[in-house]
Amino acid sequence: MGADGLGQRVLRKEDRRFITGKGRYTDDIAVARATHAVFVRSPYAHARIRNIDASEALAMPGVHAVLTGKDFAEDKLGSLICGWMIHSKDGSPMKVGAHPSIAADTVKHVGDQVAVVIADTREQARDAAEKVAVDYEELPAVIDPVKAMDPGAPQIHPEAPNNHIFTWPIGDEAATDAAFKGAAHVVKIDVINNRLIPNAIEPRAALAVYDEAEESYTLYNTTQNPHVARLVLSAFVGVAPEHKLRVVGPDVGGGFGSKIYVYPEETVCLWASKKVGRPVRWTAERTESFLTDAHARDHVTHAEMAFDADHRIIGFKVNTIANIGAYMQIFSSATPTYLYGTLLSGQYDMKNIYCEVTAVYTNTNCVDAYRGAGRPEATYLLERLIEKAAREMGVDRVELRRKNFIKSFPHQTPVIMNYDSGDFDALIEKALELADYKGLPARKEEAKKRGKLRGLGFSTYIEACGLAPSAAVGALGGGVGQWESAEVRVNPTGNVEVLTGSHSHGQGHETVFAQLIADRLGIGVENVQIVHGDTDKVQFGMGTYGSRSGPVGLNAILKALEKVEAKAKKIAAHLMEAAEDDIVIEGGKLKVAGTDKELGFGEVSLAAYTAHNLPQGIEPGLKEGAFYDPINFTFPSGCHVCEVEVDPDTGHTEIVKFTAVDDFGNIMNPMIVEGQVHGGLTQGIGQAMFEGCIYDKETGQLLTGSYMDYCMPRAADVPSYTLGHSTTVCPSNPLGLKGCGEAGAIGSPPSVINAIIDATGSDNIAMPATPERVWRAIHG
Amino acid sequence: MPRISMTVNGRQVSGECEDRTLLVSFLRENLGLTGTHVGCDTSQCGACVIHVDGLAVKSCTMLAAQADGTDVTTIEGLAKGDQLHPMQAAFREHHGLQCGFCTPGMIMAGIDIVNRKGGANLDEKTVREELEGNICRCTGYHNIVKAILDANAKMSGAQAAE
Repeated sequence: MGADGLGQRVLRKEDRRFITGKGRYTDDIAVARATHAVFVRSPYAHARIRNIDASEALAMPGVHAVLTGKDFAEDKLGSLICGWMIHSKDGSPMKVGAHPSIAADTVKHVGDQVAVVIADTREQARDAAEKVAVDYEELPAVIDPVKAMDPGAPQIHPEAPNNHIFTWPIGDEAATDAAFKGAAHVVKIDVINNRLIPNAIEPRAALAVYDEAEESYTLYNTTQNPHVARLVLSAFVGVAPEHKLRVVGPDVGGGFGSKIYVYPEETVCLWASKKVGRPVRWTAERTESFLTDAHARDHVTHAEMAFDADHRIIGFKVNTIANIGAYMQIFSSATPTYLYGTLLSGQYDMKNIYCEVTAVYTNTNCVDAYRGAGRPEATYLLERLIEKAAREMGVDRVELRRKNFIKSFPHQTPVIMNYDSGDFDALIEKALELADYKGLPARKEEAKKRGKLRGLGFSTYIEACGLAPSAAVGALGGGVGQWESAEVRVNPTGNVEVLTGSHSHGQGHETVFAQLIADRLGIGVENVQIVHGDTDKVQFGMGTYGSRSGPVGLNAILKALEKVEAKAKKIAAHLMEAAEDDIVIEGGKLKVAGTDKELGFGEVSLAAYTAHNLPQGIEPGLKEGAFYDPINFTFPSGCHVCEVEVDPDTGHTEIVKFTAVDDFGNIMNPMIVEGQVHGGLTQGIGQAMFEGCIYDKETGQLLTGSYMDYCMPRAADVPSYTLGHSTTVCPSNPLGLKGCGEAGAIGSPPSVINAIIDATGSDNIAMPATPERVWRAIHG
Repeated sequence: MPRISMTVNGRQVSGECEDRTLLVSFLRENLGLTGTHVGCDTSQCGACVIHVDGLAVKSCTMLAAQADGTDVTTIEGLAKGDQLHPMQAAFREHHGLQCGFCTPGMIMAGIDIVNRKGGANLDEKTVREELEGNICRCTGYHNIVKAILDANAKMSGAQAAE
């Protein structure tokens, strides 16, 4: 293995352009004659549009068009979609309302778009947007998901009576009820998983170009999955046929799930680019990001766990109300169901689980997948409950976890998942050591002398990554396959281009994917180019989310690479008059094992293209593609330990140490993996201590619509982290990878809250645990 | 429209802009220097930090006209040819960036921190507090802090040697 092979701390190839200001994000792309779009948005949570008068706006300088929902409907364009069908307990399909790209009759949340102004400059469009007169008839709104199903609550979509989308069950209700009857202890909890706003620092943006000569469109877009965007825009919305639409996701400034979705704005820009005959660009202002980037979490849950006399978990019952917002997005239905209910077993051996999730519409922005997506909600519930159970039953919280850990694999849970690997004892053991658990009593004593309350909280998690295999996803209601594609193209001179359907928006694919090629061929990462994010270059791909680009995307590249290697060996064997089985590839050479005969990789690739002397039946060229569909989800797991000090006078909580020990399977580049964990932890700590999306309960106004109101974690709010790994290789894919993108955000929130509970002695701590909440918990 | 001129990355530039044009828009749209980013338009995220007359400024909070006659440095002006500024090099060495969007502002802010507070006494706590005006959603700040401290050591050492 070379210095830039797998498992090495290889510095990122992509960094140079970012640190010198040469990154190319959507808003950076200049095209001639581009116009600017500004959206007119609803100030009301729920209102009927009586009339739109655009005459004054249209008369303003530089304005080309003011387009409304009526115009959009007249062009017979379709609704945006939800990509996952969920069936209710009674067998009925979920009740989905339309999701128009511009509201025609009714606005359903503050920020819903009612018109778009297209002008020569952004300033002209903004000025004109202020002059679009919209006559609204305000309607009563419902913001609280629990009240949304009340009789007499305002109705949001005619398709969904009582705002009820589905009530989805998982597990065996009768068996779980029966287990509860024999319980020695039952522990109950009510938790709210606070609503979050993703806040990628690059605002969403679109640049749409219609080419009249080719009758085709190009969309540059802040997307995590350009091919899926193209598919939705062509097959469902009907803006353009798939072969006449190119979607490019250039450098993308963070996604965290929020850029998976196909949003109204890019749809409208594409459509408008043909209507006005000029390219149309739009970049969100941060307030628009707060109002319209798909929000996250927002669960209200009651759960009960039954234990036998020996403190073994014998049953788990969960009832969750999930707020979906006013419209369903691509994964809105999958996130609170198959990404949540299926992970309720956590690291614990449970025979009986029953969970019901009721999804409701409210007059708020869409809610969908965000870093972890469902799994943080499951982990938070489970780890709060286990900790509470230990306190109520008077047993040690570490021992209670250990007693209930799953010890052998594969392990079939009662909620679909078949865990393929893990060693949960090893994780907690290492975490206890790195966190110096033994020293905790002394540290508590010392803090007490300073008037501080010190506490430590645990959380263990398991998550399912890769969102695969396709057949399983399809059987559960998923609308697309969850494979990934790759193409490995060797040029005549021996350098390599890899085309991947994965999309990098910070994950470092250009480096890690190149490491695989460098490792196998011995040619150095500088000789490998990773091509991604352009539907004209990569034939198809599913994009990047759910920590799938390692477990699925990289294994697809491996599969294509193996085909290239096999062909190169055939050619080399022929040229060196050796047996194919005797050829080995190492150090950039194809060698005949046990001899001094060798050819440079470039010599073999050149021979493949000159084709002057190829083996019988071998086609010229050296290029292979593959589609890789995994055989199972992957199951990263971990144990996170948070230690806090609370100031009882102010309620201020400081994280004094945070230890994360994770099992990600094999690690391709430890530097990048650690970076992923740091970021995930900070987002999770953000959820636990700082972030909360608040709507006014009556008016539906977003009260946290700027960085002054929505508290993003800053550098001084979080510590430097202590990380450890305890690895069990993933048996479900050739590279043994489990994925690491979401773990930090999944594992950390309950460990933070459990630490504050340990410090304060009050378990009345809700997220975000603001100083006020903590102070009130301490002082009643 | 008023005509303004300034020095940007060592080059004299001039252009016309509306009174209300923000400095960041002038840099990005008139000069094509798209390395300076807009993340929030409300002066909190810090993606637009540049140096004006040697001090860190959020360029979304300054009118282009206010910068008339000043000396501006943006992220594009830091490296000397292939030679990266020590802060740029440290961000790469310590993996202080992921998506790269906040990075130009972070690097410009980092240099400003070292300029104002650098030297043997610059510690992690100070760096974290000084980064109040720069938000990163990817890195959790861990490696950004490491990068700034490492660059401080190199920049301070270099200053001492000069």
